This record gives sequence, structure tokens and C-alpha cells, in this order.
Amino acid sequence: MNFTLKIWRQESASSKGRFETYKISNISDECSFLEMLDQLNEQLVDKFDKPVCFDHDCREGICGMCSLYINGRPHGNDSGITTCQLHMRRFKDGDTIVIEPWRAKAFPILKDLVVDRSAFDKIAQEGAYVSVNTGGIPDGNAIPVPKVKSDLAMDAAACIGCGACVATCKNASAMLFVSANVSHLALLPQGKIEAKERVTKMVAKMDELGFGNCTNTGACEAECPKEIKLSNIARLFREYYVASIS
Amino acid sequence: MSNFFTSSLGKKLIMSLAGLFLCVFLVVHLGINLLLLSNDKGEVFRVAVHFMTTNILIKIMEIFLFGGFLLHIIYGVIVQIRNWMARPSGYAVSNNSQTSFFSKYMIHTGVIIFIFLAIHMANFYFVKLGITTPLEGGSNPVQDTHDFYNMAINLFTTPAYSIFYLVCMIFLSFHLLHAFQSAFQTMGVNHPKYSPIIKWIGNIYAIVVPAGFAFIPVYFLFFYN
Repeated sequence: MNFTLKIWRQESASSKGRFETYKISNISDECSFLEMLDQLNEQLVDKFDKPVCFDHDCREGICGMCSLYINGRPHGNDSGITTCQLHMRRFKDGDTIVIEPWRAKAFPILKDLVVDRSAFDKIAQEGAYVSVNTGGIPDGNAIPVPKVKSDLAMDAAACIGCGACVATCKNASAMLFVSANVSHLALLPQGKIEAKERVTKMVAKMDELGFGNCTNTGACEAECPKEIKLSNIARLFREYYVASIS
Repeated sequence: MSNFFTSSLGKKLIMSLAGLFLCVFLVVHLGINLLLLSNDKGEVFRVAVHFMTTNILIKIMEIFLFGGFLLHIIYGVIVQIRNWMARPSGYAVSNNSQTSFFSKYMIHTGVIIFIFLAIHMANFYFVKLGITTPLEGGSNPVQDTHDFYNMAINLFTTPAYSIFYLVCMIFLSFHLLHAFQSAFQTMGVNHPKYSPIIKWIGNIYAIVVPAGFAFIPVYFLFFYN
């Protein structure tokens, strides 16, 4: 398969970026999107050009490192997957593919397609954990958890913090990420103890870092590779209101 | 608690509560407007207007109503400015994600409704206060600046005004189609069984209420003589 790639190139955080057009040919339809970019980079290195920088790590959809805004959608034109799980057979031969970095004030571009997502880490540091001392393993039946709640908590905990929700949101809002972190702990007995402090501090940090507000458009839910539900945002609202008035 | 009203979530809650209050107001307003259709030269309508402009409880509610409008508009603008600031440089390819269509244009439909509101106030409320003068022309030149029936008939029999009114009602409908159900999500109401019902009620409300308002100029343009 042959493609025309329009890729955002930016030397550093402070420099001005621009689109560069590249032609790439003889790509297998079984090739993943990142493997296609690897082949492009090999071509560039062979010509003593600078390779395109992009984030990646596990390449199996669990680490949350890969990003890329492909033809107007984060993680490309497929639902419930990360960019590393996107395959070239999802494109038509001869397609022009526009590849952009995540764009948000809170996610500054470092180089080419690499953005600084440490804003998520800063929010997580405010309370996306349970403070417990290690010790003996408690008996499984000592802390009963309803199956429905454990399922909901597990679904929320699936967030890999990739930032697709921020990337696609028209307001660059981090509500889905924060709600997933708040929900997964608020639903479980172990997380309830620090629930009020957690939600207050995480929302305060989210606001401080310059993310936008939630318009309830649902774009985040549509693009989340882990299919985190909008109902988590409603739970975040509830948790926040309860924490604020009590 | 002190941070609540400046937090992004607190601001949205105030907007949603004020918005739902305005939704209740619209129903009351529509109820009175529909009295224009009774074929009695405005007798019932004038009684209703007299009650609404003199009753002490309504007078008190009027202050809350202005407060509701102000909170909804001011917070709406503050929230929107912050949203624009959150993405200083946009994408080259516009977003293709699956979203609810009307939710993306809340500020735009909101601005249109605000312009309508300003003109609406200038045509009625400010005329009563003597700040503005009633529209010239029309079939029923307005003599008495407290006679809302004549003012209404005069405007609705002016085709240009009626068309403007109809267009504004369409945008009001667009605004409400997202607003109603979104307000419940912001209040934290999201339930697999009840949320679809809320959305359904919201859609009916967003179509029936503006359609009710829009029917009145249509009636006066085509069926009134």
C-alpha cells in the first residue's frame, strides 16, 4: 500500500511547527500504524534526515504511551483501540493521512508528535491512590464488595492515561481522566476513606493546570481506547458536590 | 466550599441550575403567550399580564428570574472563555469524533438567544419602563405603553419581525436539545434506566416549547384578521 503522510514537525517546545509531506510505499496491510512510522523513520535516517519523534512503548494497547491525532481522531479511525493497535488495512491505498500531536494548553508539544502529558501525573499525585501501610493480606471476605460495584470500579480503573479524552474534547477537558481515577477508588471501600480529600484536590489540580470545562458532548467517551463511560463524569460531579457541602 | 464557586465543576452546576430554572420560566411564559390566541380581543391575555405585572409574589420571582439569566449568561461566557484558552492552537483536521451535534454550538446558539432576549426586552419590558419606544408601523399602532396585547399583535403582524422570531425559536430549540439533558448530567444524574427518560423528556421539551412560541407569529401572519 502507498500513502501520503502529512506530519507535524516541530524542532522544540519553543519553536514554530509546520506540516511536512512524505510519500511512503510498499506498506503491508498487516503493518501497524507505528510500524509504518518506523519504516518512514528508517527511510529518513537513510537520507540523513531527522526521524519523526513519536511516543510509544508496549505496542499492545496497555501502557498509554502512544498518542497521535490521525485524520481528526485520536488513536485513528477505530473505536476502543490505541494508535499501536491501529492497522494500515483500515486505510485505503493511496490515502493522505494527516498526523498531528495532541493539542491542549496543558499538554505542551516537546518535539514533533511528542507532547508532555505530565499534567496527568500531577493530577494523579493529588489522590489517585489509597494510603495504606503494607502488612498481612486481609481475608477476602472481610471487606465485602458488591459485584456490580467491583465491575464499575474495574471499568473505570482501565484508564491508561493516554490523553485521548483531552485531545478530542473541544474544550481540552480532562474530566474523563479525573472521573475515571476518582470513580474507581470511590466505588470501593478502601477508597472511600480518602474520597472527599481526593476529589477536591484532584479537581483543584485539574483546574490549576489549565484544562477546559466539561460540555457533556461525549467526544471523550467516543474516543477513549478503554471505553470509559460518561457516567463516571456524573459520579465525579456527585463526589465533588458531596465533598464540597460536607 | 470557598473554592466551589470558582472551580470548573461548581461553575457548571450554577449554570445548569440557572438553566433549568429558566426552562421553568419558559413554560410559564409560553402559557401566557398562548392566551394571545383566544379570540376575545386580548381580554384574557390582559388579565394575565395584569396579574404578572402587579402580583407581589411574581414581582419577587422577577428578581430571581433576572438573577437566573445573569448567572447563566455570565457563567456561560466565563466557562466558554476558559474552554477556548485550554486549546490555544487548534487542529488542522477538524474533529471527527462521534458527539452530540448541538452540544458543540452552545455558545453560538446562546449568543443568538441573548440577542433575541435584548431585542425582546427592548420591545416589551423597556417600553413599559419608558426606556425604549414601541416599533413603528404594524397593523395596530401602540398608544398605551402598558398594553402588551397591542404591542404583541403589532409585532407579530409585522412579517420581518415574525420571521426573525421564528428563526430565534429554532436556535432556542437547538440550545435546549443539548441543554436540558446536559444539566442533569452536570447535577450528577446519570442512570442506565432513568437517563434515557430524561433525554426523551428533554427532547420533547426542546421541540414543544419553542414550537409553541413559534406557532403564535405563524397564527397572526396567516390566520388573524
